[in-house]
Amino acid sequence: MNASAMHSWHRWRSAIAWPLVAIVMLLLVNAAFDWTRTGTFAGAFQRGGFLSIVMIDGRPTGAIMDTLSRGATVALLAIGMALVIAGRGIDLSIGTVMAITGVTAAAVVDRGAPGWLAIPAALAAALVCGAWNGFLVTIGRLQPFVATLILMVAGRGIAQALADGQILTFRDPVIEFLSGGRVPWLPVPVPLLVAMLAALVTFIATRRTAAGLLLEAVGSNPGAARLAGIRERLLVFVTYVASALCAGLAGLIECARVRSADPSRLGLSLELAGIFAVVAGGASLAGGRFVLGGAIAGAYLLQTMTTTMYARDVSSDVAPLPIACVILAVCLLGSPRFRSDLRAIVKRGKQ
Amino acid sequence: MDARTEELPVAVRAQGLGKSFPGVRALTNVDFDVRHGEVHALMGENGAGKSTLIRILSGVHRADEGTITVTGAAVPFRNGRFPGSPGEAERAGISVVHQEIDLLPNLSVAENIGLGRQRTRFGLLLQRLMRERATAALARLGIALNVRLRLADCPIAVRQMVAIARALDVSAQLLILDEPTSSLDAEETARLFTMLRRLRDGGLAIVLISHSIGEVCSIADRITVLRNGTRVGTWNAPELPPAALVEMMTGRTVTSGERSSVAPAVLPELPALRAEDLACGHVLGPVTLSLHAGETLGIAGLLGSGRSELLRAIFGADAPDGGTVAVKGVRVRPGSVRASIAAGMAFLSEDRARDGVFADLSVGENLLMALQARCGAMRPIPRTEAKAIVDRFIAALGIRAASADAPIASLSGGNQQKVLLARWLAIEPTVLLLDEPTRGMDVGARAEIESLLASLRHRGLALAIVSSELDETVRTSQRVLVLRDRAVAGMIESADVSEGAILALVAHGGDPA
Amino acid sequence: MTSDSTHSSGARHLPTMIALTILAALLTFGSIRFDHFASVGTFAGLFHEYSFVGIAALGTTLVILSGGIDLSVGAVVACTSVIIASLVERHGVHPLPASAIAVALGAGFGAAMGGLIERYRLPAFLVTLAGMFVARSFAFWIEPHSISVHHPAYAWASMSAVLRVGELTIPLRTMIFLGAAALTMVIAHATPFGRYVYAIGGNETGARRMSLPVGATRIGTYALAGGCSALAGAVFTLYKQAGDPASAVGLELEVIAAAVIGGILLSGGVGTIAGTIIGVLILGTIRLLIDFQGTFNAAWTSIATGVLLLLFVGLQEIIVRFERLRARAARAASGRG
Repeated sequence: MNASAMHSWHRWRSAIAWPLVAIVMLLLVNAAFDWTRTGTFAGAFQRGGFLSIVMIDGRPTGAIMDTLSRGATVALLAIGMALVIAGRGIDLSIGTVMAITGVTAAAVVDRGAPGWLAIPAALAAALVCGAWNGFLVTIGRLQPFVATLILMVAGRGIAQALADGQILTFRDPVIEFLSGGRVPWLPVPVPLLVAMLAALVTFIATRRTAAGLLLEAVGSNPGAARLAGIRERLLVFVTYVASALCAGLAGLIECARVRSADPSRLGLSLELAGIFAVVAGGASLAGGRFVLGGAIAGAYLLQTMTTTMYARDVSSDVAPLPIACVILAVCLLGSPRFRSDLRAIVKRGKQ
Repeated sequence: MDARTEELPVAVRAQGLGKSFPGVRALTNVDFDVRHGEVHALMGENGAGKSTLIRILSGVHRADEGTITVTGAAVPFRNGRFPGSPGEAERAGISVVHQEIDLLPNLSVAENIGLGRQRTRFGLLLQRLMRERATAALARLGIALNVRLRLADCPIAVRQMVAIARALDVSAQLLILDEPTSSLDAEETARLFTMLRRLRDGGLAIVLISHSIGEVCSIADRITVLRNGTRVGTWNAPELPPAALVEMMTGRTVTSGERSSVAPAVLPELPALRAEDLACGHVLGPVTLSLHAGETLGIAGLLGSGRSELLRAIFGADAPDGGTVAVKGVRVRPGSVRASIAAGMAFLSEDRARDGVFADLSVGENLLMALQARCGAMRPIPRTEAKAIVDRFIAALGIRAASADAPIASLSGGNQQKVLLARWLAIEPTVLLLDEPTRGMDVGARAEIESLLASLRHRGLALAIVSSELDETVRTSQRVLVLRDRAVAGMIESADVSEGAILALVAHGGDPA
Repeated sequence: MTSDSTHSSGARHLPTMIALTILAALLTFGSIRFDHFASVGTFAGLFHEYSFVGIAALGTTLVILSGGIDLSVGAVVACTSVIIASLVERHGVHPLPASAIAVALGAGFGAAMGGLIERYRLPAFLVTLAGMFVARSFAFWIEPHSISVHHPAYAWASMSAVLRVGELTIPLRTMIFLGAAALTMVIAHATPFGRYVYAIGGNETGARRMSLPVGATRIGTYALAGGCSALAGAVFTLYKQAGDPASAVGLELEVIAAAVIGGILLSGGVGTIAGTIIGVLILGTIRLLIDFQGTFNAAWTSIATGVLLLLFVGLQEIIVRFERLRARAARAASGRG
């Protein structure tokens, strides 16, 4: 291994280390709960325990498998958001794009078209959304959060109009495969496979080309990037398209899971989840360096927190409370002023 | 010493001021006094310590050593030595005239003058009182203006007057003006100076910072020159002719101009770079110049003379308003950086942090960025080739870095500059535009860069170098273009290049004085 | 110079003028298209229906004027309504002190967010987005489902606490809205605090150089916005006679849109409270037209909101660029002169 590879390996390791440590700690907490509940340490691994993996109907199930499967949604959002944030942007419209994609797919199936046609149609809708965002940011020169806010508002309405204000239910084997499908000889949930595939494609597109490096340069210093002759607008444009495509995949998986598309609830408030995953994965909101592995680890940290809360019977409506607090804490830890305040408090405590 | 100023009472006296920032000694043992009824000009090149001095006077920075005394102050400074905050300085009578960009464009003229010191009744602003006070403050300056006007709707010259009115609205003993004329035309400047003279004759102490020698000589009573954070001296203005002032500021005596290499290059017919009537807003008048392969063109002039703006306009970093740029006879699309690079131009900006360094990235990545940008995102430079290029330049330029993978932020300023130079050399340009290539470097690094630039010239590159170091310009350049007040003051051809010739043009412009 | 300045202040008021024109056009269209549309009652009904939206928009306007953003509005409205309903129904508190407590909590919540933004330089959209989640989840934590309020004071408020002007009856919530609007106008345009808000939004560095109290003003602005959202929640409770943790979803976007349509520059410092009220009325009229039409569904409201938001953001961008160009041209002309 040469020095350069060594260097990026270090970066990669430090980006995913913290989320992974946090995930392991959460798993231990859950195991401890199961221990007190059942009275034996092995309780955690038995049926109903958090760490159990039981074969039902020939496929592995349990809280961990559930986390792996459901976390794919956030992981997909995190991949797109990592790119957007690396270029000093933000995408607040990903939840809405999920809804538009899901409804498009459902509407296409509803009109009798097969799923293999619905999926490209839905992703094309996502592509249009991303191009729209990218256009407003790069050509329209709007602040990213304003530009994507517009789609966030209007997109819900578009989704509702596409669905005629209803929740579209559908049965389609191809789309349903995206959430509940089974791959022979591979006991891995399909959503996880899709997310990993998207991660692999993104990795190749950014790290096997120079696009990732150029994007990091844009995020690190946009003015210098322009003077160095980097096509900074094109790169930023592409990140918004990529983000929308990832959100589109996530939307397809989510509506495949429930075999319906609810235009007003699908993907609601998942924007923050994406941002959290990226920040937890060691990236700065100010742009620059990004590590895809870190963002994905951050996404799974978020999902583990959510699953933990469901396992403790916290309702899905209350679950965002502790998560939002953790998000703020992570962002605060990134603020130099907060760290120095913290040090001052610790020092005073010691005296 | 002039009898008039000698008799005047001292308004503010600073003694033994010293100030360090991390890694930089900004001020060393500076004594400075301003008297009632004088305009005292503070002169010096970039980094001389003028800004630091006025920031200490106005309470923005805290001095490490030294004291400031205000003669008429009602209360002593809380720490006994210098103002601890801008508010405290203002209460002591030291008032800074903010630059026009530091005002509030969306509020009215009255609010720009009175906000922060307003009177209220039942928590409500006494707006009429505020307007009356603002009108009165402007009237004292001889200006009649509707103070309800939004500031953004006023001409820039008026905004400058509003800033002065704000500064005078408190009982000011000392008025500090930092570059008040940078965005004014000649007529507006004349009006401003008339006003300043009136204030001066009313007994106000005024400190003026300006880069225009002509302006300073026309209004200042006394001149203090700073260089490298120390005071060179204070003179009565009539005793310091422009040429001598420039000498004091730059630290060169006019007679010491020696040239090691006078090589009248045999220039090819077609210039490598030709700019015609290039103009850029109010920062650069129409400039025409030619630059030939194998030649170094020095661009001299004081700060604010348009020297950086000229390079930026040629490269397309700032879109020019008019004029054309051609490389080897082929016109380049104006205002397009990518077109300029494709045509063979390269540009090293004076502001490394803002325009050059990608702080998040490594030395190697920074070095290869221009080359990679030209190759495009889809054609990454193969790892072995990249390593070869980076290693070659690290060796050739003597970049001292722990490794090519070290973060660029870990390098010294000089080594960062070499990385940025290497970034441009890696794309093998035909025209290299350099803005202050040796700023912030020690003598050794400076010599290295200079010899490097000489060898590039011998290999047939066309170089244009902006430098505030006259000796450097004389050593490196075949011809020197001198700018003064955003226009060409003159071109000095090879045999005549000397510090004296440059200084004469800088001080007096094209007409022999 | 005189003609010059009138010209450019005309450009500054252009968005407000366009907004007024759009409002007039919408109302005219409604009157022609629908039979019972053209009446004072319809217009007054706009105020009644949109009173809580309007109150929330007042706070958001101040935040945007200061150059910030508040995404927690809808969640704080829901949270307050639940807190009040819970205090009244489960703990036997009178609605008036319950509302006062809720408004104080809202202001405190806003101040906390403002403090994080000011002291730790966190992006406002991030802090208030997190605030949105905290408030919404907290609401669900108190009451997982909507609860009705049966306190006699509410019945009295909706039946008797009305002002009769001729044939018109003005309910309490509209009076609260009009009162809050008047108060906010005074704060924004006639107090030092309000002018500091504009100053920060116009040029934060300049405000700091002028040693204006930037930090305190920013925290105060977010506190006021939190208070406004909480007051909107109290009015919402009064209006619906219930506290619902799932209510007012997306309200923050509606109020941001109202402010932008009313001529508040998203980058801060430009606009008036009256403009926001026009913006609120436009959104209200659109909703009303869609209701009258009957065949459209609610989706079109958010599409129309988004389109208007885009239109006005675009308009602002054009005006800003136009002014910059003009300034540059003026400089170039004076530079050559």
